[in-house]
Amino acid sequence: MSEIRSDKHTPEKPETLLLRNIDKVVGRDVHLENINLEFESSAINVVLGRTLSGKTSLLRILAGLDRPTRGTIEINGKDVTGVSVRKRSVAMVYQQFINYPSLSIYENIASPLKIAGFKKAEIDRHVRKTAEMLHIDDLLDRLPTELSGGQQQRTAIARALVKDAELLLLDEPLVNLDYKLREELRLELQEIFRQHKSIVVYTTTEPSEALMLEGNIVLIDQGCVIQSGPTRKVYHNPAALKAAEIFSDPPINYIDATVQAGTACLGQDIEFPLPPHMSSLLSGEYIFGVRSSHLFLLRTGESDLEMHAKVELSEINGSETFIHVDCGYCQMVVQEDGVRSARIGAEIKVYVSPSCFFVYNKEGNLVASPSNGVVQPMPG
Amino acid sequence: MIPKKRTILLAFYFGLLLLPIYWMLNMSLRTNADILSVLTLYPTDPTLVNYIKIFTDASWYSGYINSMIYVAMNTTISLTVALPAAYAFSRYRFVGDKQIFFWLLTNRMAPAAVFLLPFFQLYSTLGLIDTHIAVALAHCLFNVPLAVWILEGFMSGIPREIDETAFIDGYSLPRFFITVFIPLIRAGVGVTAFFCFMFSWVELLFARTLTVTNAKPIGAIMTRTISATGLDWGLMAAAGVLTIVPGALVIWFVRNHMAKGFALGRV
Repeated sequence: MSEIRSDKHTPEKPETLLLRNIDKVVGRDVHLENINLEFESSAINVVLGRTLSGKTSLLRILAGLDRPTRGTIEINGKDVTGVSVRKRSVAMVYQQFINYPSLSIYENIASPLKIAGFKKAEIDRHVRKTAEMLHIDDLLDRLPTELSGGQQQRTAIARALVKDAELLLLDEPLVNLDYKLREELRLELQEIFRQHKSIVVYTTTEPSEALMLEGNIVLIDQGCVIQSGPTRKVYHNPAALKAAEIFSDPPINYIDATVQAGTACLGQDIEFPLPPHMSSLLSGEYIFGVRSSHLFLLRTGESDLEMHAKVELSEINGSETFIHVDCGYCQMVVQEDGVRSARIGAEIKVYVSPSCFFVYNKEGNLVASPSNGVVQPMPG
Repeated sequence: MIPKKRTILLAFYFGLLLLPIYWMLNMSLRTNADILSVLTLYPTDPTLVNYIKIFTDASWYSGYINSMIYVAMNTTISLTVALPAAYAFSRYRFVGDKQIFFWLLTNRMAPAAVFLLPFFQLYSTLGLIDTHIAVALAHCLFNVPLAVWILEGFMSGIPREIDETAFIDGYSLPRFFITVFIPLIRAGVGVTAFFCFMFSWVELLFARTLTVTNAKPIGAIMTRTISATGLDWGLMAAAGVLTIVPGALVIWFVRNHMAKGFALGRV
């Protein structure tokens, strides 16, 4: 497909997409507020946020399907804000499996090329190549309704890839697939994105998905960008409580803490010397954040804090168990590998290493983070 | 196996429904003298003389041709106008969209006779009286609103994302509409055509008033069987049977989608 792009762009130069002061207001609802972002073609751009956070609104504006109420969009320095979607070089994959139901898989994938006026032989070559890449090459004669959900989504992705657009948008493409298919397709997508030179924007609600895709991330909540940057860096330094909440599944646990003269106090009875990454903290009130995957039911190290807690709920999620506990001064969720059973109301001990604490001030901004070099194991 | 009570009841009801049609068929195959002399449940001496008369006499069969011409015209016009209109109502928000949409339906709420005089006068002025297009256009007053409502229901059942995907793929609106969208609502188009056909085919008041001889519909011609010499029973029955045939054929084609059409596509 490289020969298609060569006449449009110089491949060495990374493409950039710039959003300036984008607002989107529909009636009285503010869908997006003052979005300033820069997307590059060098890495996949993941937009992470909860449902209704504005991810889809953002994608629709990027695609040109909706016009922003205010602000401008630039692609490679050219203002494209008012340009109709038909005149843009963009491809989109929706959360629902959207294909043309009356066309065969082959015709579905071929349709953008046909419209663009490619020759028959060339269309055939591109369609077969893309179909092969997505492992649907033996289904080309079928109709979309005759395929499974995963295959339908593969068709939609193939149609988006085949036209080799400047901008490839994927709106939670894997959310309607079952777990196994999602894993499989995610791995393949990663590989495909790596080969693809366009600007890829991928939205998801799942932190683990964002982590697997790597690249750059934008955390979005209630229509506002909370943080953006390289995914790993953001994961290890969520700049605000909200960011940490979005970028942790289950949401990060908060513990109110007091720091005084080199020691920190949690609630009434736990006092410990400050670990190295917190050593420069001033005295005062803080909020410690700790991810569920860093809480354990068994002691893992000498410096672990022991917290007494009561089990409130225990839920099994795949091969993991989430145990919701109440420590009196804070509520937490402990993530344990394997299927465990915890009796509701049981008194248990929860262990956590202070070296895993994110420290936020009372305004919710990050003061200290445990990483800065140390890469922690990530949750599944 | 003893048939269920429900089956018996339904069969009885079905028999009742078919009785008049059967009786008409029965009469159409007999001569007037035979019809008036004895009561028989089936034609003892069947004859096709009535049908032969209809198919050979130009003043008879031209009635069918006239009806078919203006029905076809009307169905075509209604669909051509209603398809884009229904798409607009289904996909776009504009000032007064809901009001206009409802207003369309109110056209069907007034009795046809109310519109008769204005139509007659207007067509007289324009010289349209006794043309096929006159009847076809007059029937649009009732069929276009119905078609818009039915099609809008079917269209709203198609996710908007399909439209957007097509625009992203580079389709122009007309091209998308014709090559992708209409095939998706095939059933809806069929059902709508059926409803337009049915209304226009059985409508008599407008069709009779707006025509004289050249575009006279079969319904009006059938009144010729009543004359000073009496009623031509056999001929009228034969004409009636032939009138049912096109409707029955069309129903056969859309039988699986009719319920959705009656619910204006909203099932």
